[in-house]
Order: sequence, then C-alpha cells, then structure tokens
Amino acid sequence: MSVNVNRFKCGYCGACVGVCPVGALELIETWIEVDITCTGCGVCAKICPVGALELNEK
Amino acid sequence: MKNKYDVIVVGAGPGGSITAKIAASGGLDVLLIEKRQEIGDPVRCAEGVGKDALKKHIEPDNKWISSEIKGSKIFSPDGTEIKMSEDASSGMKVGYVLERKVFDRALAQEAAMAGAEVMVKTRATGLLRSNGKVTGIKAMYMGETHNINADIVIGADGIESKVGRWGGIDTSLKPNDIETGAQFLVSNIEPGDYNLFYLGDNYAPGGYLWVFPKGKHIANVGLGILGSKSGNVRAISRLHRYIETYMPKGKIVEMVVGGVPVSGPIKQTVADGLMLVGDAARQSDPLTGGGITNAMDAGKMAAEVCIKAYEKGDYSAKTLKEYEDKWRSTIGKELSKSLQVKNLLVKLNDEQLNQLAHSLDGIDTSKMELPSLLFTLFKKNPKILWELRTLFV
Ligand SMILES: Cc1cc2nc3c(=O)[nH]c(=O)nc-3n(C[C@H](O)[C@H](O)[C@H](O)COP(=O)(O)OP(=O)(O)OC[C@H]3O[C@@H](n4cnc5c(N)ncnc54)[C@H](O)[C@@H]3O)c2cc1C
Repeated sequence: MSVNVNRFKCGYCGACVGVCPVGALELIETWIEVDITCTGCGVCAKICPVGALELNEK
Repeated sequence: MKNKYDVIVVGAGPGGSITAKIAASGGLDVLLIEKRQEIGDPVRCAEGVGKDALKKHIEPDNKWISSEIKGSKIFSPDGTEIKMSEDASSGMKVGYVLERKVFDRALAQEAAMAGAEVMVKTRATGLLRSNGKVTGIKAMYMGETHNINADIVIGADGIESKVGRWGGIDTSLKPNDIETGAQFLVSNIEPGDYNLFYLGDNYAPGGYLWVFPKGKHIANVGLGILGSKSGNVRAISRLHRYIETYMPKGKIVEMVVGGVPVSGPIKQTVADGLMLVGDAARQSDPLTGGGITNAMDAGKMAAEVCIKAYEKGDYSAKTLKEYEDKWRSTIGKELSKSLQVKNLLVKLNDEQLNQLAHSLDGIDTSKMELPSLLFTLFKKNPKILWELRTLFV
C-alpha cells in the first residue's frame, strides 16, 4: 500500500510530512514525494487540509 | 558557499533567521539555508502577533505590518461575544497582523546583515555524521548535492521538519497533535479592528475559525480543525461553506493551507551537534496555534547556547542541553498549560461552550489576558473546568 498525491489539489504545506510516522514523505519544491517506506497507514490522507492524498490499495 | 561553518541553520522562517542573526552577531560563522526560492512564500500563517512579544526581537516596520489590532473577540457557538486583551491603560493597539512574506524576508536580511551567509532554493537532504555526532548537512542546490560541514546544525525546518528525524529525534505528530488549517485572504468585507475567534462544531471541530483584519476591507479568514476530527469534511470545504454563508459578498484573493503542531513540549530537542527550534521543535502554542514569537524566542536561546558551546569548543548534547533546559522552563511551561486547556476544550460540546460564555455575563473581560480570563471562567464554572484546577494553584 502507498499513497497517491493529487498535485493539482496539493497546497504543498507540508502538514502530511509532519504527521508521517515513518518519515516516508518529503516536500520538494512544490510537490510531495512518497518513498518506499510508506506503510499506507493513511494518517497523512486524514489530516490533509485539502484532501489531496488518497490511499492506493495496490 | 564554503565547505565548513560553525553553525548551519536549516530553514529561514522566523525561528531560523533569528537563530542565524544572533549566532552571527556573536561572531560565529553561520550558514542559513532555505529550500524555497522565495523566503516566506507561500505563507502558512494567519499572521497575528502580540506587539510586546514581537518587539523583543525586531523594531516594527510598516513594510511588514498590515494592520494594528485593538484586542480580541471570542464568539461561543450561539454567538455570545467575549471581548479580551485590550490594552489596560491607554487604549493602545495591542497586536499586529503581519505580512509574513515581507516579514520573513526582512528577518533573513537581518541575519545576512549580521554576517550570516544565506542560501535560498537550497534544501537539506540529510545529515553528515562522524562517530555518531552530527557534523554537517547534505544539501541540494539547483539539482547538485553538496556536503557542508558544521560544528552545530540547527533544525528550524518547520512543521515538515526532517532534521530532527535524521538526528534520531522522533518529531512525528499524531492526528491529535496537529491543527489542520485553511485560510482565504478575503476582500470586500469590513472586518473591523479586533481579531475574531469563533468556536464550535459548526465552524471548526476541535479548533476555531478566525478573522484577522489586514486592512479596512480585507482579512485573513481561516479555520483550523483538530487532525483527529479531519477526514470526510476537510478544513478547506468548511471554510468555503463559512464564506458562502457569512460573507456572501467576500471575494477570495489568496489561499493558504497548513498545519500547526499542538502537541505541547516534546521529549527531546537536542543531540550531539544538533538543536531544534520553532515548529520543528513543536514549540507552537497548543491552544492558540501561535508560533511566530515562540520560534523567535527559542531561536535566540539556541543561538546564545551556540556561542557558549563555541567558546568551550564542545558541541555535545550535554552542552547543548542548556538550550533545552532554558526553553522548557520558559516557553515549555506555557505550552504545557495551553495543552491542558486545549485537551479539555476539545472535549466540550457546543452547549458547554455556550454555558461558559454566558457565565461571563455582566463581567468586564475586555482588559483580561487569557490566563485571567481562564481563571474567571474557572471560578464561575468549576464543574466544567475542574480539570484545570492545577493551573491556578
Ligand atoms: C494556517 C496557519 C495559521 C497560523 N497562524 C498563526 C498566527 O496567527 N500567529 C502565529 O504566531 N503563528 C501562526 N501560525 C504558526 C506559525 O506560522 C509558525 O509557528 C511559524 O511559522 C513557525 O516558525 P518557524 O521558523 O519555526 O518555521 P517556518 O516559519 O515554518 O519556517 C520553516 C522553514 O524551513 C524551510 N525548510 C523546511 N525543510 C527544509 C529543508 N530540508 N531544507 C531547507 N529549508 C527547509 C521551510 O521551507 C520554511 O521556510 C499559523 C500556522 C498555520 C499553518
């Protein structure tokens, strides 16, 4: 499992990066990168102020 | 850029810039890096700040002051108004609403003028270490990676802080430890000259909605909800709904989103060769969400400890712990109190919030600050607020 970022919605505020329990996210320039350590826990998706992140069930 | 500095500060927000300025003024060789290409932009802030707290650090300048504020008005869910924080003696204005884009850059410029080197569009990507000690950073500038050495690295990298995590300090926030916010700069309204705060589930569950005037016809209108209460309905959609309902003539000319740490003091903010400052150290106030002046206060403390460490030639956690002790006994105490109040407030329902507001009927709260207002509320409503009794002994 991982998380998908809708970069057209994302306001690149970095809140998701702050809540990721494993440090899998990073705000680079104006986009969020998700690395392979993502466990798909969904905390980032829950707290995103604009709803730009979605769990990817793959 | 050189390959060795005394101190590298990561992040040019208010916390980082004050740290860099004071360390450089103390004669240290300082590098301040900021990953954005424009310092302060995009803004993640409602820009409200108390005059006295700010003036400790910088002389007010109209270039970065949008407006002056007379006090605050808090509204309970049924609309009952509680006025507070007006100036006690002369009716002077007590607060500013800043223009953070200009303010943050002005602070970075002060750091530069004090002798710090500043690099923008430069992102820390990791820490350098030797024998377990932090000895510098890896940084990327325009696609190229550089290793830059330093005796001390300061993480002032805000809500998304990675510096602490790289240094072995877990700063990750739980959904209960973050307010997730959205804000519009709204024109064609008449916001007055008080900062307005609206409480209740209708506006912002586990948080509040704010209107901070930036001019006669323009204001920051935003809301923050507790992360654990976010999900199906987002901060941004709640805000849209509010503007449509209560400010139908309002026109949105800017959008801001962001998260504020409301965890209260965290366990560790220093390691060998490493210190955390500001939002990176989760030093924003859990009750108000204010973090600008706390970050600046902490930055000053951190820089002063850097200067001492340099004189001793010892950058171990033991030496740097003086910073941790200092901020804990000052900022930390306030954070703990605010956390206690926040933890109770988020449990109260709208009816209880209304009850609290009604209990102030006939009492002039307009000159009170938060602590005395809370004490007054406690005396009137010991049952609802019993949990807070330890705050007042
Ligand atoms: C919606 C909202 C409203 C708010 N309203 C208020 C308010 O009214 N009053 C108030 O006092 N506070 C408010 N705050 C909180 C306030 O904005 C923060 O507490 C304050 O900005 C913290 O300052 P700082 O210097 O610690 O961090 P920031 O100001 O966040 O600065 C951190 C900097 O580090 C940079 N950075 C991050 N990672 C790296 C890296 N790897 N390499 C290089 N640079 C990096 C970032 O780009 C950023 O510029 C609000 C916050 C939000 C989200």
